[in-house]
Amino acid sequence: MTAVAVGGLDSRVVGRERSLLRRLRYVGVPAAVAIACAAMYLYVQSQELDNIESRIINARVIRTAAFEQIEIALWATALTLVVAVPLGIALTRPWARRVTPIIIALANIGQGVPAIGLLFFIYIVLIRNGSTAAILGMAIYAVLPVLRGTMVGLQQVDRGVVKAARGMGMSKRSVLFRVEMPLAVPILLTGVRTALVLTVATAVLAAFIGGGTFGELIIGGQAQGRPLAVAVGSLGAATLAILADWIGGIAEDLLRPKGL
Amino acid sequence: MSTARAASEPMIRLDQLTKHYPGQEAPAVDGIDLAVPQGEIVILVGPSGCGKTTTLEMINRLIEPSSGRIFLEGEDVTHVNPDHLRRRMGYVIQQIGLFPHQTIAQNIATVPRMLGWDDKRVNDRVEELLHLVGLDPARYRDRYPKEMSGGQRQRVGVARAMAADPPVMLMDEPFGATDPITRERLQNEFLRIQEDIRKTIVFVTHDIDEAIKMGDRIVILAEGSRIAQYDTPEAILTNPASEFVEQFLGSGILLKRLNLSRVEDVHVATSEWMTIGPDSTAEHARQLLQQSGRTHLLLLDDQRRPARWIAEIDLDRQGGFPAELSEAGTRVQACVDSRATLNDALQEMLLNANGVAAVVDRDGAYAGTLDLETIIAAIREMRAKALDEASSTAARGVT
Repeated sequence: MTAVAVGGLDSRVVGRERSLLRRLRYVGVPAAVAIACAAMYLYVQSQELDNIESRIINARVIRTAAFEQIEIALWATALTLVVAVPLGIALTRPWARRVTPIIIALANIGQGVPAIGLLFFIYIVLIRNGSTAAILGMAIYAVLPVLRGTMVGLQQVDRGVVKAARGMGMSKRSVLFRVEMPLAVPILLTGVRTALVLTVATAVLAAFIGGGTFGELIIGGQAQGRPLAVAVGSLGAATLAILADWIGGIAEDLLRPKGL
Repeated sequence: MSTARAASEPMIRLDQLTKHYPGQEAPAVDGIDLAVPQGEIVILVGPSGCGKTTTLEMINRLIEPSSGRIFLEGEDVTHVNPDHLRRRMGYVIQQIGLFPHQTIAQNIATVPRMLGWDDKRVNDRVEELLHLVGLDPARYRDRYPKEMSGGQRQRVGVARAMAADPPVMLMDEPFGATDPITRERLQNEFLRIQEDIRKTIVFVTHDIDEAIKMGDRIVILAEGSRIAQYDTPEAILTNPASEFVEQFLGSGILLKRLNLSRVEDVHVATSEWMTIGPDSTAEHARQLLQQSGRTHLLLLDDQRRPARWIAEIDLDRQGGFPAELSEAGTRVQACVDSRATLNDALQEMLLNANGVAAVVDRDGAYAGTLDLETIIAAIREMRAKALDEASSTAARGVT
C-alpha cells in the first residue's frame, strides 16, 4: 500500500494490479482449503463409521496429528535456518571460494537421498526418538533450498552497490548486514518458503518411525483397509502444506524491503 | 616523523604506487608518481586496460597497492584503516550503486550517519545537498532509487558522495552510463557545483572529450598507468608530448578545442534575432519579421524560455486570425546554457534548421543566440593564441 502511495505512475498501475492479485491470493487460498475441509467433514458425517474407522477418524486424533506435524515442521525449519543461512553467508565470502562447491555437493546429496531412507537411517543409527529423528531428517532435507536461497540472494546483489558501499567506508560487516542481507531477503525468503512447504509435506513420513502426524492416519488406514482414513489423512497433510505455502507467501510480501 | 604540511603540498600525492597482481607478468599499475593540487579536477584518461581505474581505486584503497605510498593532505595514508580513509573521500562510480532498499534521503545520509552526526544535522545536510544537485527535497527525499530516472539517480550519487563534505572526491566514469543529452547536462551542472565547492577531484574517463571539458588538468595514461602527459587541456592540445598522446587525442584537435571554451566566454548576440512573447498576435509577428529582414523569429513562453522558431511561411499557414502562435513553426529542441562548451553549442546549431543555437541562462530564460561565425572567430582566436604560446615556449627553451 505504501509503495502505491509513493510510486510514480507506472509503478502505481503495476502496484495496483499486483495488490489486487495479492488480495485474491490472500483470501482465495484459505477459502478453497476451508471448502475442501468442510466438504470432507460433511461427507464423513454422512457415513456410517465402523469401529476401526471411528477410532482413526475423530477430532482428537486429527488435532494431535496436526499439532505433531506442525511441530516437526517448525522445528525442522528453524534448525535449517540456523544452519543454512550462516552457512550460505559464509560460502559467499571470498575466502570460502575453494570449499563452496564441496559443501554445495554435500547439500545436494542431502536432498538427493530418498527422504524415507534418510529418516530410517537417522532413527536406527542415531536417534531412537521418532519426533526428534524426524526433525533432524526434515532439516537435512530442507537445508538445500535455504542454502541456495541465501547464496543466490547474496550473489545477485548488484556488485556496484557493494562497491559503492565499500567505497564510502562501510566495513565489510555493515555492508553484509545493512546492504547485502536486506537485498538478499526476497530470494532468501523464497528458499525458506520452499523449505517450510517441503518439511510440512514430508513430515507425514515421521509416522513410519513413530513420530505421529497425518501420516499415521494414512498408514493406519492403508494397513487396515480403510480408504476413508487415508483420504482424511491425505487431506489434512495437504491442507497444512498449502497453508504453509500461503503463510510463506504473505511473509515474503511483508518482509520484502520497500523500494525493491 | 611528519612535519607540518608545506603550503605547496598537494592534496593527494602518489609515490611510486604499484599494483602487481599475482600470476600476471606485467604490473597493472607500474610505479605511478602523481600530485593532485588542491581544488582542481584532475582527469585520468587513457585507453581501456591502461590501469586508470586501478590507480583510482588504490587512492581509496579499494585495491591495496603492492608497493609505493599514498599521501592525503601530506599524511601518509598507505597503511591507515581503509574504512576510515574512505569516509574522507567521496566516491562516485558509473553504476552509481544507490542502495535500492533505502530512500534517497537515507542514501545520502550514509556517511554522515557513520560519522555519528545527529538527526538534525543529517536532515539539514540532505536538504542542502538535494537543492545543490537540483532536486526538490520535498518531492524526492522519500522516494526510492527505482522511482528516479537515470540522470536523477546520478545526481543523488554525487550528492551522496559529497554528504560529509570530504575534501576529496574520486569519480570513476560518473556520467558514463547516461545518454548524451543527460550526460552533457550533468557535466555542466557538476562544473557549476564545483565552482562553489572547489573539491579536489580525481576523475576517470575513457572519453577524451569529457576529459578536455571537465579537467583542470589531464593525465594521459599509457599501459601500466605510465604517465604519457600530465598537463592542462590547453597545453596537451597544443603540444602533445608524444606520438601516443597525439594518437590518443585523435583527429580534429581543432574541434576538440571547442570543448575548452564555454558559451559564456564568447560574444552572445542578443539582438540578432527578434523575439516575441506568447501573448502577441500572428499579425504582430509578421510585422516584426518583415522589419527584421530575417528568416525566423523566436517565440518565448511566459517564463521567457525559448519555445519556437517561427518563419513567415508558418504564419501564412495559420490561415486567418487570430491564430495560435504557440502552434506555429518548429519547436526549439534544446537550448545551450552559458556553461555549455562551444562544442555543445555547435551540435545544437547543426541540429537547428537556421543554424543558430538559442542560449539560456541558469533559469532557462532566453539570453541570446550563438551562430557559426562566432564559433569560427573563437577557433581562430584560440589557434592564434596557441601558436603564440608555442613559439614563446620554444623561445624559452622549455620542453
